[in-house]
Formats: sequence, C-alpha cells, structure tokens
Amino acid sequence: MNVDFVNPFLESIINVLGTMANTEARPGKPFLKVDKSAKGDVSSIIGLVGEKAKGSMAITFTEQAILHIASQMLGEVISEVNDTASDCSGEITNMVTGGAKRVLADKGYHFDMAIPSTIVGKNHTITHKTSGRIVCIPFDTHAGSFFIEVCFEE
Amino acid sequence: MFDPKTRFLVVDDFSTTRRVVKNILKQLGYDSIEEADDGAQAYSKLQNGQYDFVISDWNMPNMDGLELLKKIRSDERLKAMPVLMVTAEAEREKVILAIQAGVSNYIMKPFTADMVKEKLDKIFEKLNK
Repeated sequence: MNVDFVNPFLESIINVLGTMANTEARPGKPFLKVDKSAKGDVSSIIGLVGEKAKGSMAITFTEQAILHIASQMLGEVISEVNDTASDCSGEITNMVTGGAKRVLADKGYHFDMAIPSTIVGKNHTITHKTSGRIVCIPFDTHAGSFFIEVCFEE
Repeated sequence: MFDPKTRFLVVDDFSTTRRVVKNILKQLGYDSIEEADDGAQAYSKLQNGQYDFVISDWNMPNMDGLELLKKIRSDERLKAMPVLMVTAEAEREKVILAIQAGVSNYIMKPFTADMVKEKLDKIFEKLNK
C-alpha cells in the first residue's frame, strides 16, 4: 500500500482531537496488522472510493480514550460507552476523513466518502473494504490509547 | 452580533456536532436552539416552525445540506434565511457548489468557538450593510 495514504489521516486525527477535544495525541510506531480483531472497544470505519484508488479507514478507541475525548468535546462527563460515545467516535472518524481527503485531493487522489459505521463492544472485529495490507498506527493520549487502521489499494 | 433571541436550527446527523454547536451558541449568548437529524427533518421543521438562522452539515442521509440549502433558497417564505454550512468536506468544487446555491458562509470541521463566532459576525455584517 502507498504510504502517501497514511500520513494525511495521521495528521488529521492530531488536528481534530487538538481542536475539538483539547487532547494531544502522540503517534507511535506504525505496524502491519494481520488479523481483524479490534484493539479498542469502540470502532468506526469509513469507506473511500475514487477513480485511482479505494479503501477504508478505521479508528478504534479504548474505552478510557473515547470517554475522555467525548467528555472533552461535549463539556460534560461521559462515564459509560453509550450512544453519545459511539456517535462521537463516528463524528471524529468523519472529521478525520474530511481533513485527510483534502490533503489526498492535493496529491491527485479524489475520493467520495461514505457515512461511517460504528461498532461497540469488547473483542469485536474490523472488516476493511479492500483486501490490501492494513497499516495500523497506535496513538497515545494522557487518558488512554487508540489506533488508526488504513487499508487502500490502487 | 445577532439578537440574543435569534432562533437557530442546528442540522447534523451526528448528535456530537449538534451538541458542540449548541454549546458554542449558548456560550455566545443564544438560548433558542433546536436540532434536526438531517435535511428532510430540518425542512419539515422550517415549514412548521419559526426560525431565524440555519446551521447545517453537508453529508447527511435522506436529504443532504446542499439540497436543504437549495430548498430554502427556492422557498418564498424562507429564502432570506441565513445558512451557515459546517462540514467535514471543503474541497474547492464543493465550496463553489455551496456558494452557487446561496450559502451565507462556510466552516470546516474541526472548528472552535472562535471560528463559529467569526463566521456569525461576518454573516451579520453582510446582512446589515
């Protein structure tokens, strides 16, 4: 998979969480993911389709991370993984994709983006839209970790 | 600044953004804020209720923000309504489509309270020239 697809999502999540949730996200070392199991408790996935490439991006949050981020965004304490936390995960995924899409368009890759879907629960799986290799980037915040998965094929 | 009694309709399929926008409007001194899940629900509310200002997302199921904007601009009773679009997508082509359809201003997600205030002020200035 072209690594040019990864960085725009990485930069976009740092921007989205900094702006909307006043939360600093620190990226760790990317790795190739070989199975479908989610590393977090709340995951949102979104498909992107373009003439030159297609794929999907998922963000999977640990419970601690999404509760902190949702609380920060909404200005109230969100203490359980409920519809509010799930909606927040979906909207963050939407915003991150919008930001990455602009950068990818500047590189000549134009995509139509779908509406994200969200899965909640321990030990769930994430199924990407294409069979390409999945690059996973771990992130750390002071409240917990989350992971971005990017999977594209040209 | 708009009158604190300005009645807002905030339209987004994500409750998170509706709540964030609502919180910002409250911080700015506005109390009359209602919500709609998508363009279709918003248009129905606009037909039956009294609103002064629409803040809408673009990508939504049933009826998207652009279609809602076009409906507002072609409705004799609603056509002067200020519409601020708040959207995750802001490619040049999309901005042009929104301008052609008569959007009052445009804001990209992610956004801050200051960004929303700045756009509201710009729309107010334009309306009161």
